[in-house]
Amino acid sequence: MHVPDGFLDAPTSIATGVVAAGAVAVALRGARRELDDRTAPMAGLVATFVFAAQMVNFPVGAGTSGHLMGGALAAVLVGPWTGVLCVSVVLIVQALFMADGGITAIGTNITLLALVGVAVGWLVFVAVRAILPRRLSSVAPAAAVAALVSVPVASLVFTALFAVGGTAPIATDRVLTAMLTWHLAIGVGEAVVTALVVGAVVASRPDLVHGARPALAARRAETAARVAAATPTGERA
Amino acid sequence: MSGGARSNRRFFAAFLLVSVLVAAGLSYFASSHPDGLEFVAEETGFLDRAEDSPTAASPLADYTTEGVDNAWASGAIAGVAGLALTLGLGGGLFWVLRRKGEDDAADADEDADGPVTAGSR
Repeated sequence: MHVPDGFLDAPTSIATGVVAAGAVAVALRGARRELDDRTAPMAGLVATFVFAAQMVNFPVGAGTSGHLMGGALAAVLVGPWTGVLCVSVVLIVQALFMADGGITAIGTNITLLALVGVAVGWLVFVAVRAILPRRLSSVAPAAAVAALVSVPVASLVFTALFAVGGTAPIATDRVLTAMLTWHLAIGVGEAVVTALVVGAVVASRPDLVHGARPALAARRAETAARVAAATPTGERA
Repeated sequence: MSGGARSNRRFFAAFLLVSVLVAAGLSYFASSHPDGLEFVAEETGFLDRAEDSPTAASPLADYTTEGVDNAWASGAIAGVAGLALTLGLGGGLFWVLRRKGEDDAADADEDADGPVTAGSR
């Protein structure tokens, strides 16, 4: 969903630029709490993976394609603040070096993919995680639902921006219907990729998955209780 | 934590390798159809409002490498260059932002339970 230059007028682009700058500034503060010696390299690699995955457009039928946005994926793996920065870094590299996504549109793209994608992805993930059993096996399905929802919501926000500041007089309901339909389909792909990647990392290194911390803490507490119960009194160090 | 610095390095290397394989291999098979937004812009009639990016003359524009004729190599080189830029910029930023010399709270709790020597888990 990389918006090129020219789709939105200058005031709208400036407004999304201000929103994006604010979001990145807040994320720079928040990410300090999420990053340590171990999660900092992980975050760099998550950004790198999102860049790679965004090169792979998958067909969604009728001559259309989509690719991973990565907001939900990054939020679940490295935390929401760091996730905003991961996706923003990807968008900046793409705009500056790959001519993918406009330059005046960079604030719009950060707003849509980094801010909306990550915020919706993280909030839906946390809500679904709260409903599911507190187990590691719940993390990937919750991430999948979050990914599925994040894409059409971002397409809704684009439609709203286009309704306010679009450079062509197109009926909003036409844009809305088309954007929602295609991005629901793309959201399915987003969910599949997110579930596969989150599932693989949870299976091999759950301690590196930000969104798996409650489940991991519950498992540790359970193990500790079982060890304590099985150890005769006096033998425990 | 499960395994120490060496195990972290191995996992990080594997994760990076997956990204390289996706950017330099799988991307060759990517669909060349327009993405959702481009398709909708075409269908509803505002695609002609799109302007060329000011960076369209970049040697890596559109994920192709200037001067490389082979389609696979051109995409793979641009992809890997993009990964390097993202890892350099993102990794550098996150390394600067991190809480230095600390591991996460979960590990701090675990360490408080007693001396956990390397390799005991």
